[in-house]
Amino acid sequence: MSEATIAAPTAGGVPKVSKISETIIRIAGNSQDGIQAIGGFLARLAGRSEQEVMTFMTIPSTISGGPSIFQVRIGSGEVLSSGDDADVLLAFYQHSYEDHISSLKKGGIVLYDSDHVDPKPEWEKDYHHVGVPISGLTVEAIGGTAKDKGKNIFTLGLVAKMFDLNVAKLTQLVSERFTGKDTSVLNNALAAFHAGYSHSLGNVLETFQFVESQKKDGQQVVMNGNEALAYGLIAAGVRFGAGYPITPWSDVMEILRRELPKYGGMFIQCEDEIASISMALGGSYAGRVSVTGSSGPGISLKTEALGWAVMAEMPLVICDIQRGGPSTGMPTNVEQSDLNIAVFGGHGDSPRVVIAPANVEDCFYTAIEAVNIAREYSVPVIILSDQAIATRIEAFTEPNLEKVCQDISPDLTPVLDHKPYDLSVASGVTHHRAPGTKIQSGKYPIATGLEHDELGHPTGSPKLHMQMVSKRRKKLQVLAAKLPTPALYGPSEGNVLLVGWGSTQGPLKEAVDRARTAGDSVSSIHIKHLNPLPPGLEDIFAGFNHVFVVEMNDEGIYGYGQLAGLLRARYCDPKIRGITKTDGLTFKVKEILERAKSNVAAGLRKL
Amino acid sequence: MSSPLAEAPVRSGNIVAVPLPDSERKPLSKKELSADQPTWCPGCGDFSVLALYFKLIEKRKLWHEKITTIAGIGCSSRFPYFVQAHGAHYIHGRALPFASGVSLSRPDLHVFVFGGDGDAFSIGGNHFNHTARKNIKMTYVVMDNWVYGLTKKQTSPTSPTGFKSKTDVWGSMDQPINPMKQAISAGATFVARTTHTNPNHVLQMMEAAMDHDGFGFIECLSECVEFYEGAFDASNPRKGGAFNTVPADHAVTDEMAAYKIADSAFPGYFGIYYNVDRPTKNANEAKINASNQEKVKGLKDWQILQKNFDRLK
Repeated sequence: MSEATIAAPTAGGVPKVSKISETIIRIAGNSQDGIQAIGGFLARLAGRSEQEVMTFMTIPSTISGGPSIFQVRIGSGEVLSSGDDADVLLAFYQHSYEDHISSLKKGGIVLYDSDHVDPKPEWEKDYHHVGVPISGLTVEAIGGTAKDKGKNIFTLGLVAKMFDLNVAKLTQLVSERFTGKDTSVLNNALAAFHAGYSHSLGNVLETFQFVESQKKDGQQVVMNGNEALAYGLIAAGVRFGAGYPITPWSDVMEILRRELPKYGGMFIQCEDEIASISMALGGSYAGRVSVTGSSGPGISLKTEALGWAVMAEMPLVICDIQRGGPSTGMPTNVEQSDLNIAVFGGHGDSPRVVIAPANVEDCFYTAIEAVNIAREYSVPVIILSDQAIATRIEAFTEPNLEKVCQDISPDLTPVLDHKPYDLSVASGVTHHRAPGTKIQSGKYPIATGLEHDELGHPTGSPKLHMQMVSKRRKKLQVLAAKLPTPALYGPSEGNVLLVGWGSTQGPLKEAVDRARTAGDSVSSIHIKHLNPLPPGLEDIFAGFNHVFVVEMNDEGIYGYGQLAGLLRARYCDPKIRGITKTDGLTFKVKEILERAKSNVAAGLRKL
Repeated sequence: MSSPLAEAPVRSGNIVAVPLPDSERKPLSKKELSADQPTWCPGCGDFSVLALYFKLIEKRKLWHEKITTIAGIGCSSRFPYFVQAHGAHYIHGRALPFASGVSLSRPDLHVFVFGGDGDAFSIGGNHFNHTARKNIKMTYVVMDNWVYGLTKKQTSPTSPTGFKSKTDVWGSMDQPINPMKQAISAGATFVARTTHTNPNHVLQMMEAAMDHDGFGFIECLSECVEFYEGAFDASNPRKGGAFNTVPADHAVTDEMAAYKIADSAFPGYFGIYYNVDRPTKNANEAKINASNQEKVKGLKDWQILQKNFDRLK
């Protein structure tokens, strides 16, 4: 809460109502407690109230449970990250209380289930403790056994009371959620909600009210990054794809599997990762850009076929929802450590396009852009999303679907003649004619992984290999020249430039805001197009004394993260350095600022 | 919010001329179907498979643009370069999933896949099993020569035990794969065996596989004269061998019977071992499509998506 955090008991036992512009609530429990549901309701409510919202969650990689958290940040103004420290901690168990108290702001409120948590006296002076027998009261409200069912909804009621949330909208959301189930389920949920809402928090607590939202640019939709990505692919006109389950990619394929048949398309679950990319390439070859995807380990398996896509110049979209690696690594944690494999992974010289969405909304539009680049340049395009963006829920302005949805069905009109790998085309761009197209000359092309002539027939000619290699490179240089230079956030000259990619955009902007408020000269840019890089970066770097590339990966043997290494190789600029981390969690704003400060103090590295 | 960067590609070279209706077109000749000169060694069995593929196209009046020839890697997998039609030369062992992508997304095409024993049963073994069980509509001809030819005589998954190769100089020791058993147990719905030395039989099998609605698999013995000369002499009457056709009373829908004849010692039997009707994945997916599309009848694509977005508010 940006204003007045500590809740002091007020005179006369009348709880005080404070106006706030935003709040961060962390809900900690076990994965089967339905805490994601509370977070989901709050996020959706914020969306419907034209507020900004961002969430962050962790789930254990085991199926049957384990500690789990959901953090939701709701604001009347712009919300750029899921927030550093929480204003409110909802703790269901002793372990939730003990493990997460440190993520609570000093003076914050810890609302705990007094049936399960014994508060520690030494913490009571720093945090405002409010105990509610959540488990017991839930059983009281809805009957049955104390199997913990419904206490999430009870807690939602408590939160609704505390933040003066719109009860009508919330109960509507709860009703929508349980529609179609046994009516007793809905009745129990509503009973639990009202029990929580009417439970007196006593006079120990003030309640809060959000100031009116400034955000008024139309209807909002609320979803997570994987949903936005899947729907973006559908909007882009993708109607065929194939995949293999892996966390956190699976829900993209689940959505496509479920949705594409409505559009006359299909998404196939394959026997393995290699079959998936192969089947998707078959779909692309058959005339319509197709999609496959995975997370780190699966991407490794796909790289041979990716090489074929580069050689045959076959359009394809490959989603990589990054997680902690290498190997099985940290499947439910975030990392940005697949940049190198995305940009360089594979044998031979195999240029491809890599783009990374910045937030949930951007997942939707990045999917469309990826499809269009793949089509226009006949090239595989990798979308580098990550676990944090994939699972976090955000509200964003509803896209104008009538305008953005595209029809990319294949054109099978007969042609006189066709040379897919035509060397006389200056841009180097290939366009395939899908099977089914009659070619009047009677000369049919072959899509091939062998080095080939202009028709796709194999050749051992050194000259042709050189020409074709340069053709495949040149088209990406043509693309690079057309890419937009990233916009600066903050002034174009100063002491520190923070460079980010992917899901770190929000925390970086917030870091700039916070630093500038404190009088520090900090700006940031966000690089969306990672391969090829956009033009104009060197001019931007020239305006700053220090360039810090902030990314969630290891500093590597030579002391630079993956993008920092790429930028140093590209621009030979020694002031490019890294701020990296590998704790599997998203960057906190204060982490970025503290690291930037100590890097500046340490001066340029001498090697 | 960023806007989509690229515009739709500009198409060029389209012509207005409408091709003749299929009924008025003349069958394609060998000349119209031949592309590159095959790179196979003189005497290679694969020549006859190629010649019979041309004959099949001519006889069944298939058109350039209505077929797609797909292969993986290996000597036999050079096939698509020799055929004047749309085709793809994909990576080692993965021709089947690639072909599945074409088959599932383009019901108007007939997909032919050609390859060797390494492609089918070694590096691509898993894809063979899954394409068979999913019953994806295509015709798959494996030119089995019991040896790796392109890489010059290493043991293949079908090399008989005792075969001396560069990777088993003392003779192969691993139990070879029996392609017929493999196909039947994987759930293939059409399983046939033929040999390159009997052209009429090869054509007959190709036609039957092509007419089969589903995954039609043919093992065609195809001698590698360079690295495994004489491998199939025992199946060639001209070399003193026996060409035994599948027994007349064999019931092609009886899985156990098929399995039993597949167990015969070389030269075994030639013909259709197994042929059953089971809905193809193509048909099953089409059914799912039809029922899903029924629910959104009359809506434009963006309106279907809008319905999802309305639920996400």
